[in-house]
Amino acid sequence: MTHTFAVQLNSLLAALILLTAFALLAQRKILGLVHIFAWQGFFLALSTAVIGYASGEHHLYISSLLTLVMKVILLPYILYTLVRKLKVHRDIDAVVNIPTTMLLGIMLVVFSYHLTAPIRELSNLMTRSTLAVALATVMLGMLMMVTRRHAVTQILGFLAMENGLFFAATSATYGMPMVVELGVALDLLIAAFIFGIFFFHISTTFESLDVEQMAKLKETD
Amino acid sequence: MILLSLLGISILVALLLAFIGDWRYAPEINIGGSLLTFFVSLVLALQVYREGGSIAGSDYFFVDYLNISLVVLTTFVSTTTAIFSRRYMLVEREHGRVGHWRMRFYHAMFQLFIFAMLIALVTNNFGVLWISMELATLATVLLVSLYRTPTSIEAAWKYFILCGVGIAQALFGTVLLYFAAERVVGAGGNALLWTNLSQVSGQLDPTVMRLSFVFLMVGYGTKAGLVPLHNWLPDAHSEGPTPVSAVLSGLLLNIALYALIRCKALVDGSLGSGFAGNIMMGFGLLSLLTAAFSMLRQKDVKRLFAYSSIEHMGIATFAFGLGGPIATFGGVLHMIVHSLAKSATFFSVGHAAQMHGTQEMAQIRGLIRGNPAVGWGLFLGVMALAGMPPFGIFTSEFLILTATMKDAPLLTPLLLLGLAVAFAALFRKVQPMVTGLIPAGQKQLTAANIPVFLHLALVLLLGIYLPGFLANWFHLAVEILK
Repeated sequence: MTHTFAVQLNSLLAALILLTAFALLAQRKILGLVHIFAWQGFFLALSTAVIGYASGEHHLYISSLLTLVMKVILLPYILYTLVRKLKVHRDIDAVVNIPTTMLLGIMLVVFSYHLTAPIRELSNLMTRSTLAVALATVMLGMLMMVTRRHAVTQILGFLAMENGLFFAATSATYGMPMVVELGVALDLLIAAFIFGIFFFHISTTFESLDVEQMAKLKETD
Repeated sequence: MILLSLLGISILVALLLAFIGDWRYAPEINIGGSLLTFFVSLVLALQVYREGGSIAGSDYFFVDYLNISLVVLTTFVSTTTAIFSRRYMLVEREHGRVGHWRMRFYHAMFQLFIFAMLIALVTNNFGVLWISMELATLATVLLVSLYRTPTSIEAAWKYFILCGVGIAQALFGTVLLYFAAERVVGAGGNALLWTNLSQVSGQLDPTVMRLSFVFLMVGYGTKAGLVPLHNWLPDAHSEGPTPVSAVLSGLLLNIALYALIRCKALVDGSLGSGFAGNIMMGFGLLSLLTAAFSMLRQKDVKRLFAYSSIEHMGIATFAFGLGGPIATFGGVLHMIVHSLAKSATFFSVGHAAQMHGTQEMAQIRGLIRGNPAVGWGLFLGVMALAGMPPFGIFTSEFLILTATMKDAPLLTPLLLLGLAVAFAALFRKVQPMVTGLIPAGQKQLTAANIPVFLHLALVLLLGIYLPGFLANWFHLAVEILK
């Protein structure tokens, strides 16, 4: 694999990651969302491995493997099981106005390119052009969390943000120090445990995972 | 070695309590563990004072005047909170609000939370700082929803989601910081170490650092409850058990602010301008004013004090943003006295709410007649929080105000307005609660008075007389932030 080819392959994978981020915004079915999330994790793991190969930073293989285990197998499996168990797999997130959300998303991508422009100029890494995609993925995950009203969708937005952050670290600096990456993975694991418990609490208390019903805590005059 | 035992005790006690947290003497174990950690932190503080300056525990940890002050504060407040929690949770258990499993969970998570905060304080690595901030959040999310009422679940979910979004921004900021640092220090784990970065902060690329600070500010600012990122805070701090509210308001907000001021020190070194300071002053002032006016229309007593925490965090953030020796000194002092006064007030509020079976301020009346210790505890705590002399908060606010008049005179009226409105709101809401006749249905209980009055005595002491060695200590802590 030549260097140019690796760069091109990485750009392709970055494009696919961005595509899945948009697909997450457009998809309404809960199970469909879990599948898209798993694909995003897969592209991320592949991209990390490609960067690791091309740059000779072999610790990225470990990160890639970690991503594969956590974000392609473990988290989607946990979500899949929870969704089945709580019988919400037929749920459709009643989100309004997907086209508007998509337009907002495009604006966020442009904004991300603008924001990371100075870093592209400073960096001499082969991955410098994908940092904007990474930031865009973070922003799109955030957009998903604020526009969606289903607990599972919000969590998927949260996890997509995490994917974007991981991608940002590999793009900007060929990954964070190992101790930090392991720590972040640990936090993610604990978070998965917690949102699992939350799904049960919310569905038993509110009889649905629609967080729209949780609107008791408002400022009263 | 001492550092390791500082961290080790809380994690071991957490593990132990995960198994026996519902045992009769579990609260005593919780107190014992916290007290032991407190003693270890005192030994460590003494060592710092003797050897002067910082102790580095290899590459992973470091202790200097600034963070050891907060370590001692954290372990002290967690000990007194554990003492308060013993009585408080006993009553909650009698009322059937928590069962065996939840007691185990509560105790284990309490210690895990302390562990996470201590790591955040003593770590040398900005990445680990982020990880432990997130761990501290995760440890408390399910404590907020401990009662499993619909509102508490809603509050915890909001806390989880909004803080998750916020803290993700801080991680992006950390990635950018690493990017800037790598070009100076070289690749590998060393590039995120405070001890390395503070030496070379002048060489860090200003463009990247500026961008990085914006993300770090949003991220850690969310955790510190700064307006407009504060939406989760009043809910999370009011719905959980009161001991949890006390440590969230009194300790966790401080840790977030601590993370922010470390980042600011680096950015200042790199930019050599007031960029970071101006942003912090803006956020601080906005928080102070918004929170002060919001306090006027609160009905729930714990929400009132949650907004008061936003107000005080705003003041401290403003002070650090203003910079300069006096304001920074005021900021460090403010963090410490606010933490003590706020947790003391929450202890009294917890008892008052238990006596009346509600957190609605309209129904809490006649506390001084009903239970003088709780009534006076609440009243004096509120007077301290409102910035009345001779309490320590008056001293710190006075210092900050003096520095503002000198360095940013145009902002003085805004600062004064915020302080005055907050004072009026607190006094108007709390005065009818403590005075007056005992309402029907007020229950008696044995209150844990020692924590409340111990905290208030310390706040008073710091207000009237700051011992020479302590003043010197704070000055040295301020030096670090220059």
